[in-house]
Amino acid sequence: MSRLATLGKLVGALGAKKVLGISCLLAVVCLYTALASDNFLRVGNLENLVHRTALFGILSIGVAFVIITGGIDLSIGSVVCLVGVLLPWLLVEHGWSVPAAVAFVLGLGAAIGLGHGLLVTRLGLQPFVVTLCGLLIYRGVARGLTQDQSQGFGTGFKGLRALATERFPIFGEGAFKLPATTLVFLLIAVAAAVLLNRTIWGRYLLALGRSEQAARYSGINTDRMKLLAYVISGTLAALGGMLFVLDINAAQPSDFGNFYELYAIAAAVLGGCSLRGGEGSILGLMVGSALMVVLSNMINLVHPRYQNVEFAIIGGVILAGVIADELVRWVARRRPRGESA
Amino acid sequence: MPPLVEARGIGKRFPGVRALDDVCLTIGRGEVLALIGENGAGKSTLLKILAGVCPPDEGRLAVDGRDAAFSGVHDALAAGIALIHQELNLADNLDLAGNIFLGREPRRGGFFRSAAMYREAADWLRLVGLDLDPATPLVDLPLGRQQLVEIAKALSTRARLLIMDEPTSSLSTREAETLFGVVRDLRAQGVSVIWISHRLGEVMELADRVVVLRDGRNAGEITDRSQIDHDTMIRMMVGRDIDRLVRRPSHAPGDVVIAVTGLRTQAHPGHALSFSVRAGEIVGITGLVGAGRTELLTALFGVTPPVAGSIAVSGRRLTPRSPRDAIRAGLALVPEDRKQQGLVLEMGVRENMSLASLRSASRGGFIDFAAERRLATAMISQLRIKTPSDQQVVRFLSGGNQQKVVLAKWLARQPRLLLLDEPTRGIDVGAKAEIYDVLHRLAGEGLAVLFVSSEMEEILSLADRGLVMHEGRLAGELARDQLSEENVMRLAAGAVGRISA
Repeated sequence: MSRLATLGKLVGALGAKKVLGISCLLAVVCLYTALASDNFLRVGNLENLVHRTALFGILSIGVAFVIITGGIDLSIGSVVCLVGVLLPWLLVEHGWSVPAAVAFVLGLGAAIGLGHGLLVTRLGLQPFVVTLCGLLIYRGVARGLTQDQSQGFGTGFKGLRALATERFPIFGEGAFKLPATTLVFLLIAVAAAVLLNRTIWGRYLLALGRSEQAARYSGINTDRMKLLAYVISGTLAALGGMLFVLDINAAQPSDFGNFYELYAIAAAVLGGCSLRGGEGSILGLMVGSALMVVLSNMINLVHPRYQNVEFAIIGGVILAGVIADELVRWVARRRPRGESA
Repeated sequence: MPPLVEARGIGKRFPGVRALDDVCLTIGRGEVLALIGENGAGKSTLLKILAGVCPPDEGRLAVDGRDAAFSGVHDALAAGIALIHQELNLADNLDLAGNIFLGREPRRGGFFRSAAMYREAADWLRLVGLDLDPATPLVDLPLGRQQLVEIAKALSTRARLLIMDEPTSSLSTREAETLFGVVRDLRAQGVSVIWISHRLGEVMELADRVVVLRDGRNAGEITDRSQIDHDTMIRMMVGRDIDRLVRRPSHAPGDVVIAVTGLRTQAHPGHALSFSVRAGEIVGITGLVGAGRTELLTALFGVTPPVAGSIAVSGRRLTPRSPRDAIRAGLALVPEDRKQQGLVLEMGVRENMSLASLRSASRGGFIDFAAERRLATAMISQLRIKTPSDQQVVRFLSGGNQQKVVLAKWLARQPRLLLLDEPTRGIDVGAKAEIYDVLHRLAGEGLAVLFVSSEMEEILSLADRGLVMHEGRLAGELARDQLSEENVMRLAAGAVGRISA
């Protein structure tokens, strides 16, 4: 319990107002689940929560950059699938070397993002349409390549799989062990937060998300910045897909990564990204990802009978969170301001 | 007989701000009342209360002598009060009749009675002097006529009081004249008008009575038509005498900063434009709306790249394919649409100011926040920007201060040529004078300034030299001693050739 309280305090201190609401929501859900189920605070469960938060969080960071530019990336789940089946397929069936296969799938993710970005900026297509087509295409390709056969590493590639499965006993034996994926996630989150908040490119992204025209009139190469956002999203989707398949050791092309783009978008929105663009906080998104994972865990532990309605419960909670957030903003807007006569 | 509308002791607070304090206003039947005041004086709040957009905290409204409490725009409309916004509220994709009756279409059992709708629409259009087929698509009309459609729409709700917020701010002189005629006709038919404007010339021309607001209170009233004059109104608005806009002493301009030869814009490829601007010179471009002035600036700035011609900036050739190219060559543009093109409204003062010069306030891509803060602090004091802090979101600044933030953004880059499109549109008298001061000072320091303006007074008081455009071509050039309202109008209307002083 005290660990949770400390966590809550830490998040509150770091995240200012924006993250406060969602942090409270996370704390409430954690508290409820901990009280209702003895299993919630078990070390194994906590490790698993942190691990899954990391995996979904990586996808969410990627899509957040696109959302900040005012776009959307619906193809993430299918990129996860394509990479998830390609990696074992290349390594096992085609005998590629590990560095080559990893470089190829990550490069593929970046290339997919670049393609989306070029279609959006050069041809002026709508991001929703471009990435919706991506969603259909990449899954189709994944199923076609593998003839819908499940792909996995079998008992091999332990070294590579450690990237997703290793747990470091930082608190000694028998205590909480830090999953390797969490380290990867933290690394990426810090890099993303620095990029977004401390560099000129982050500033350009936020500016063009709020007003593309004003950004262009200020001499910002808005097209190039959008390309950057889509490349980040594609690359992180590929990285996520790689970690997912390394972790699970099996990817069924017909449903691997299904709906993951929506989890990623939901986490970003819960964390304060506005789909209108120009707003986003990496810390908020981390909390949002955790909330998604904990919610699903709560249903499993406390209400296993309701697993069939898991989507409905998660949807309801997200909606409540977003409405609460909008109410907070509405109150904030009623502060003093000069009128324009 | 009681006045048409009477407001007594109106007070309105927003958290921390007293927008209106004990304001009184009456308006009679068939009267044109001008409501003037600087930005922030409370004009907008007052007209919102009159039109039912928001309720007053104190005081009462009476219509025809009976107390009225509006709980929404609908109540005000039912009482015969219609507000015509500065930005038009019309649907581009509908025809005129569809716009006039939008939401109130005559119907029978869920079906349009279109014949009736078109017949009535034609009547209302004729009332505002538009003898047009009501089936004309709205987009086929120039802006000035769209405004008349908006008025027809208001009249069709049986409005007896029209509240017009800056109705001429985007109209050409000729369109404005038409609007004045319509307002006079309406007055003759007993319709009352509250006319809100920063343009004192049109107030003198049109108003029967003037009410001045300052800092949310009544600051004076001119009831006698013959007493309405420029100086009195300015004195009431600012609460002190301010110098009429003074022209700076002319001095010898420096080297040519921009030389434009045979430039053809996308909007008017049929006309080649040639001119130059020297260091320290302020050149004003004027002409009617639609003459291609804005298109000239956006072509130079690379927003809509020119289709032909050559541009040399300080002797170096510039082919502007995007604003970036133009900015690199030392150009800067204070655009026409401040809120969409000039500023990122939801960002802070500091972020907006550094947006165009962020690269120089950074090391290896990392923003140097201290340098950024220094820049903002320096600009805020240099341009005398009124803002609670450099982190204030610019949406909450007044128009004049917003425009100064746009200026600051460019001054941070130390441009060679500053382009400005309608630099003081919708900005109050005080801030206007300050912006003129800044431009004069910058020109004195050797900056070349090229600005577009529809306001005659602005051209006359600011420009060292005038370029007049007419339907896409340069109709003429006026040296400083030839700059007069008459000469400008003759060229703007299409006269060709040189004009004597």
